[in-house]
Amino acid sequence: MAPARDETLRGRITWVGGGRVRLESDAGPLRVTWADAHEEMVGRWAEMDATETTTGWVARRVTLGAAPLASFPKPSGDWLAFHGQERAAITRLRARAQASRTLRDLLELEGFLEVETPLAVPSPGLDLHLAAFEVQGMRAPRFLITSPEYQMKRLLAAGLPRIYALTRCFRKDERGHRHEPEFTMLEWYRAFENADALMRDTERIVETLASALTGGTRLAIDALGARSVGTELAGPWDRLSVADAIARFTSHTLAELLAEEERFFLVWSHEVEPKLGFDRPVFVIDWPASMASLARLHPDRPAYADRFEAYVCGIEICNGFGELIDPIEQRARLLRDQEARRAAGLPVYPIDERFLGALEEGLPPCAGNAMGFDRVVALLTGAPTVADVMAFGSDRL
Amino acid sequence: MYEMSDIRKNLKVVLDGAPWTIVEFQFVKPGKGQAFTRTRVRNLLTGNVVERTFKSNESLEKADIEERQYSFSYKEGDSYVFMETKTFEQLHLNQEQLGEAVAFMQDGMLVDVLFWNEKPIGVTPPTFVELKVVETEPGFKGDTSTNTLKAAKMDTGATVMVPLFINEGETLKVDTRTGEYVERVRTK
Repeated sequence: MAPARDETLRGRITWVGGGRVRLESDAGPLRVTWADAHEEMVGRWAEMDATETTTGWVARRVTLGAAPLASFPKPSGDWLAFHGQERAAITRLRARAQASRTLRDLLELEGFLEVETPLAVPSPGLDLHLAAFEVQGMRAPRFLITSPEYQMKRLLAAGLPRIYALTRCFRKDERGHRHEPEFTMLEWYRAFENADALMRDTERIVETLASALTGGTRLAIDALGARSVGTELAGPWDRLSVADAIARFTSHTLAELLAEEERFFLVWSHEVEPKLGFDRPVFVIDWPASMASLARLHPDRPAYADRFEAYVCGIEICNGFGELIDPIEQRARLLRDQEARRAAGLPVYPIDERFLGALEEGLPPCAGNAMGFDRVVALLTGAPTVADVMAFGSDRL
Repeated sequence: MYEMSDIRKNLKVVLDGAPWTIVEFQFVKPGKGQAFTRTRVRNLLTGNVVERTFKSNESLEKADIEERQYSFSYKEGDSYVFMETKTFEQLHLNQEQLGEAVAFMQDGMLVDVLFWNEKPIGVTPPTFVELKVVETEPGFKGDTSTNTLKAAKMDTGATVMVPLFINEGETLKVDTRTGEYVERVRTK
């Protein structure tokens, strides 16, 4: 028989009955025998000097915190939100923390330097389909970043060849089971490498996170409204051109859809995306040059942008580029983007002259990728929405 | 007007000149692409459910929909007379306006009446009602199987498919959403 063990238990009393209490400790619930327990103690924090006997924990001395002023648990309170459904929210927060630890270990090992870039910037990017929050009360107009791209490219030009940031980004009006207006992005860049190297990084990152969080590489749980069919996450992943994806999953052709960009996005989001990346993830490559964003044109196929997106179970997890480093072409594109925003009646954000200045001083040839960290964690933990892997989604503020 | 960011379940909107309710919605947006709100909507006049997708800059007209509780008073010719439970205001509805609810009307029954622009467009009876069998083939004693069904006419005029062991004069619990038999009610 094991000898009796003394320990100090700490937690919240969530149930009292028959001379016993349920103590919700950080590690999980404990049953503790305590002769003085009575119902009014439910909801109070307690520190118990207890002895573990063959019949369970027995309290010897108990210090109680103050009684909650409100009813416990409050139906809309935080305790139920985190402890309901067998503490699923807490389990996911632990998984999230483990994911960021694993990620940092992996990237440090690959020689990447972690950088922290500002959240409030002079220009949030000019992409026609992104809306930014304006920050009031600063000396000059400021916006919350939609991605850390401009500042990270300035660091590349400043001579840091391998960098990554795990940072909050903000996108106005984006809210749904796969979107939150405030979310976390993993963005990384390699100087003197091309998009191909970034795709291999992407495979390795997802595979490593899957092993760390699930103990394997086969995705076996439904998440984010998508049904998993045992997707194999280990690389190499499939590669599929935009044109082939449209031909395979729809009755349209890329050329026909490009005549009207809105039709392209309607067909892409409704008919193509939901079918991508089920057996194994897929990189969608060869994006039309008109959708290059900040990517260079493909060195071998100039009708296409050197851009890729990865999909897992119909869910886009990242968007990467062989980066545009030509300052003249970059300025021309930004001016075009401003014009498009003006024509669409959208706010016209300023051009970031220091970003262009970095390109003018010289950006090394490089490639970068931006991955939705919350989406990847949600996929690996079977979370129904991205908010479910955040401590506080926007609905709970 | 509702903006796309206002969309939520059960919102009542006007589309193509008819009132609809949002059953389901999903925000869809490729990272570098245009955003859409994909919805499933139910027509409040016909009950039809269809899929509709809206662009992020679209806005939807708010449908003036109101639901009020009435109790059924009596039938007068072709007209069914109801009384609002709060204001005691009277409301006359014909058979067509009552729709499928007409088969379940009992004196004093509480119903929810849906109004669109102050015009009644739908009547929802209680989910479960107790109805008396007035006409059915004689029951087979001892046959407690619920797999085989026969037709039974109820005191409100509804025809319900019931198990073979049910007899005339018995009271049954019926689900008004499906018109299906639920169980036998013991009457004291």
